[in-house]
Amino acid sequence: MTDTQDNAEVTLSKPLYERIGGEPAVNAAVDIFYRKVLSDHRINRFFDNVDMEKQAAKQKAFLTMAFGGPNSYTGEDMRKGHAHLLKMGLDDSHFDAVVENLGATLEELNVPQELIAEVAAICETTRNDVLGR
Amino acid sequence: MESVLTVVKMYKLTIEDNTYHCQPDETVLDALLRENVNISYACKKGTCHSCMVCSPNILPPEAAQTGLKNTLKKRNHFLACLCHPEQDMVIKLPDQSEFYTEGTVVVNELLNRNTLLLIIAFKDAFEFNAGQFVNLQRPDGLTRSYSIANTLQESNTLEFHIRRLPNGKFSEWLHDELMTGDTIAVSEPRGHCFYLSERSEQGLLLVGTGTGLAPLAGILTDALAHGHSGPIYLFHGSRDLEDLYRINEMRRLAEQHENFHYIPCLSGKHVPEGFSHGRVNDIALASFPDLKGWRVFLCGNPDMVKQMKTMTFLKGAASADIYADAFLVTPS
Repeated sequence: MTDTQDNAEVTLSKPLYERIGGEPAVNAAVDIFYRKVLSDHRINRFFDNVDMEKQAAKQKAFLTMAFGGPNSYTGEDMRKGHAHLLKMGLDDSHFDAVVENLGATLEELNVPQELIAEVAAICETTRNDVLGR
Repeated sequence: MESVLTVVKMYKLTIEDNTYHCQPDETVLDALLRENVNISYACKKGTCHSCMVCSPNILPPEAAQTGLKNTLKKRNHFLACLCHPEQDMVIKLPDQSEFYTEGTVVVNELLNRNTLLLIIAFKDAFEFNAGQFVNLQRPDGLTRSYSIANTLQESNTLEFHIRRLPNGKFSEWLHDELMTGDTIAVSEPRGHCFYLSERSEQGLLLVGTGTGLAPLAGILTDALAHGHSGPIYLFHGSRDLEDLYRINEMRRLAEQHENFHYIPCLSGKHVPEGFSHGRVNDIALASFPDLKGWRVFLCGNPDMVKQMKTMTFLKGAASADIYADAFLVTPS
């Protein structure tokens, strides 16, 4: 009993980024995720004018953050980075669509639901900054 | 017990004639910013690629190349913000004044009604990857970028396809005034749209408009010379037949190499037999239900290139496998 408890504690104390698979997981997810976003008619107009190559690097940084990995995004970065999209009408429905696409990507990669929920929770912490509130 | 003396090493960073010291724990970017070197940067965490620089002489540390395209890695590019030097480094900034070499025009003839074949010869070896571009410079300093159309030659020559642009100051000078035997200044090669001889069973999709054929022909020749075994498709498009070129040469190559397929496309009204009718991007996309696992090269018209980057990615090509060179026209 003691052993099992210890193991459970060890597992729980491991950061999400490690449990989800670290950088290889980000690399596996980034193209699938970005392809979903670009194919999603609810949100793809926000990506119309961006260079795909530069955008792929940004998506990778976003996924690293959403997976609880090393990042130095500040709320200020989030606000600045999305200000021009707010002018195009970015709102909660678009934010939800992105999180939905991320969830679908992780399901496709057979990531367990509990971990997907943790990723969604991390995304949620950025909602107000992204939407400039 | 013996005492262990740890020597903390400071490495030298050299840019042109200046030398700076990179403190232990400092990145190259930190060191250069501390020294007030004018270098562009933004995120400082390897995401934005704004601080990408080049180490011409030595391989940069692996960690400093994280996330860069294979072809950029091959040309020793790295991110200053991720680079902890492991030895002294010479660094080349992207906007640093370029080194020009004098070449001599050895061939100057028309490929079609508005495209000039220009071959420039050099005294010494000119190192490049087929598909890269150089800047050509007129004696008065006017400069334009042109793609190299050949592969590395023992004869030390570079081949260019120059389209005459209406009121194009530079292309008119090349077409009308530059003569065989004249000298011209040529910069070092640039760009990362080229072939790497890896995964030789991979399918290659080459799509170009107009003189977009120049880099694609170089890439094609390079791939065939390396014995690339996967299927290679070249879609070359223009509006009128008179603006395509090297048609017979490409057809001959397709006969000689079972894995190479050449599809010339015309979007105008008059379409003779043996040509596909439509825009080159539409025809190329319609030919492949799925591009998963393919390597894609896109050259020429900027709108075509931009649209195809997205479309080939959506059809399954990995973002790291899409190489592009958009030909921007300098407003006259």
